[in-house]
Amino acid sequence: MQLSREELLKAYRDMATIRQFEERVQDEFSKGGIPGFVHLYAGEEASAVGVCTHLGPQDHIASTHRGHGHSIAKGCDPVLMMQELFAKKTGLCGGKGGSMHIADLDRGMLGANGIVGGGPPLVVGAALTAKTLGRNTVAVSFTGDGGSNQGTTFEAMNMAVVLKLPAIFVFENNQYGEGTAFEYAVGSRDIAGRASGFGLPAVKVSGEDFFEVHEAAREAVERARTGGGPSAIEVDTCRFYGHHSGDAQLYRAKDEVRRLREDRDCLKHFRRRVGEAGLLDGTELDRVESEVAALIDRAVEAARAAPLPDTDALLRDVYVSY
Amino acid sequence: MALKSIRQALNEALAQEMRRDPRVVVIGEDVAGGAGSQGQRDAYGGVLGVTKGLFGEFGEGRVIDTPITESAIMGAAAGAAVTGLRPVAELMFCDFLGVCFDQILNQAAKFRYMFGGKAKTPLVIRTMIGAGRSAAAQHSQSLYHIFTSVPGLKCVVPSNAYDAKGLLIQAIRDDDPVIFCEHKLMYDLRTEVPDEPYTIPFGEANILRDGDDVTVVALSRMVHYADEAIDTLANEGIVCELIDPRTTSPLDEDTILESVERTGRLVVVDEATPRCGMAADIAALVADKAFASLKAPVKRVTAPHTPVPFAPSLEKLYIPSPERIADAVREVHGYNR
Repeated sequence: MQLSREELLKAYRDMATIRQFEERVQDEFSKGGIPGFVHLYAGEEASAVGVCTHLGPQDHIASTHRGHGHSIAKGCDPVLMMQELFAKKTGLCGGKGGSMHIADLDRGMLGANGIVGGGPPLVVGAALTAKTLGRNTVAVSFTGDGGSNQGTTFEAMNMAVVLKLPAIFVFENNQYGEGTAFEYAVGSRDIAGRASGFGLPAVKVSGEDFFEVHEAAREAVERARTGGGPSAIEVDTCRFYGHHSGDAQLYRAKDEVRRLREDRDCLKHFRRRVGEAGLLDGTELDRVESEVAALIDRAVEAARAAPLPDTDALLRDVYVSY
Repeated sequence: MALKSIRQALNEALAQEMRRDPRVVVIGEDVAGGAGSQGQRDAYGGVLGVTKGLFGEFGEGRVIDTPITESAIMGAAAGAAVTGLRPVAELMFCDFLGVCFDQILNQAAKFRYMFGGKAKTPLVIRTMIGAGRSAAAQHSQSLYHIFTSVPGLKCVVPSNAYDAKGLLIQAIRDDDPVIFCEHKLMYDLRTEVPDEPYTIPFGEANILRDGDDVTVVALSRMVHYADEAIDTLANEGIVCELIDPRTTSPLDEDTILESVERTGRLVVVDEATPRCGMAADIAALVADKAFASLKAPVKRVTAPHTPVPFAPSLEKLYIPSPERIADAVREVHGYNR
């Protein structure tokens, strides 16, 4: 499918926003401004953006502990996200969720998830809502290669097939579940193949190629929207940081990340492709990069300046009423 | 008013709420039954028949048979609740909590808090509890204390058909996740139940008998055993107050405390195991907030700290009996310091 200039620019802006957000989070985390843990998505941007480009605010996604990229791609405000990471009152979740539980229900973002494999059953539920109420929406779960091994994921895929739901299971194979390699941990070494065993159409795409992800997602979303049931997509991708920020990454080869940044950077790939095709030139993309940089600066400044949660927030919002 | 069983009362509550609100769906294993088979649909209507007939009226789109897949059922129900449905999911036996707790504990219970108050999760999980059918260790537990201990969940433990209907309708209309615990030996128990829909608020205990000598707090099936014991004790001149909390989360602390402040003596009866359970919780509440009123130690009558045995002879010993309850009341009543 041919993308318009505006669509291409939007896709690049989203990917660049994710990249710069994550690199800045790495800096700010190292400086101590961000409590807890952060799991960075840099390197995987084409997956989130390639899929979410096909979704509207009424469609749902569920994410993982590595959720910043999915959130940005689904339309969450990076300024409010940064405030959430800084544990501030004005953050997207009032400072009570943090990086691992960032969510924005108004934008159909059902949450990052601290539980590996926590999301796929929730997406089955969102897809069930769509089917039951006759909404023409779809629901997408993003899961890692680690989460692909969880029983919840298997159960969710089976149930989505049984109930013929508009659900899409995206498996982002970034090659590691924490510090254990995909080659070791996924018995079949074939996540898409395993998904197809559940009766889902499943494809494998390259995660450095935005256009490949975009096309596979287009087919899956169209299938779901037209009553054709669930699909799975395995995105072969990589992460430029460790499992979490601060991970010494002793399990990786010495120059692995350097090589990945050179050879498998989805933003570089995108620039090359649109340049070669004469669709966008470098200056336009550079301008996007500097606009994004200004946005991220603003986000960090706002996050630093924002107030802490009120102390009574501790007891609020456990229940709607109790 | 017509006499109805708990089974009928629950069925009526579900049907009335499904008629009222198209967002209410029933989902679980064999909630209708017969899906994909050569024989009849609605072959089960729930393993003990609670959802029987709903399929005929509401169809497979709202009475949703699932595979045996508790994690997906609970997760789908949680995900559906947070996106606009009001699912009533069935966890056939509460013991199966073991294969799906994440979706309840870490997902449904925490959405609202984690997401800064923006989520509503109007989810009901109906589940069967209780020993007494030789269903042995994995189909007989009473695990409501586990649900009760989780912030974000509400927990309902009805003891009769009237309460069952009103509390289930309340649970379905409630905007928080509610665990609704049905004792498997009480489905045929009849009381007068109005035909029209009504709600019973959560956190309001029912005082079933008035008395000034000893306060007895009992849950679920134990309400009936306590009632039996209290009849016996009345013949001995001991007059007990019987309180059924009806919901363990929220818990009506005031009613329990007011009663103990008057009687000074408390027995708590709970079919669950004793450690970290409702009996311990209520005893601690009273020790903390009504210590000065106590004239005797608080007695807990519970199951022992064991799995539920299979042999009927042993299971009978496991479940608190009216005799054990009466003994505990006598001990508390006769205590003088």
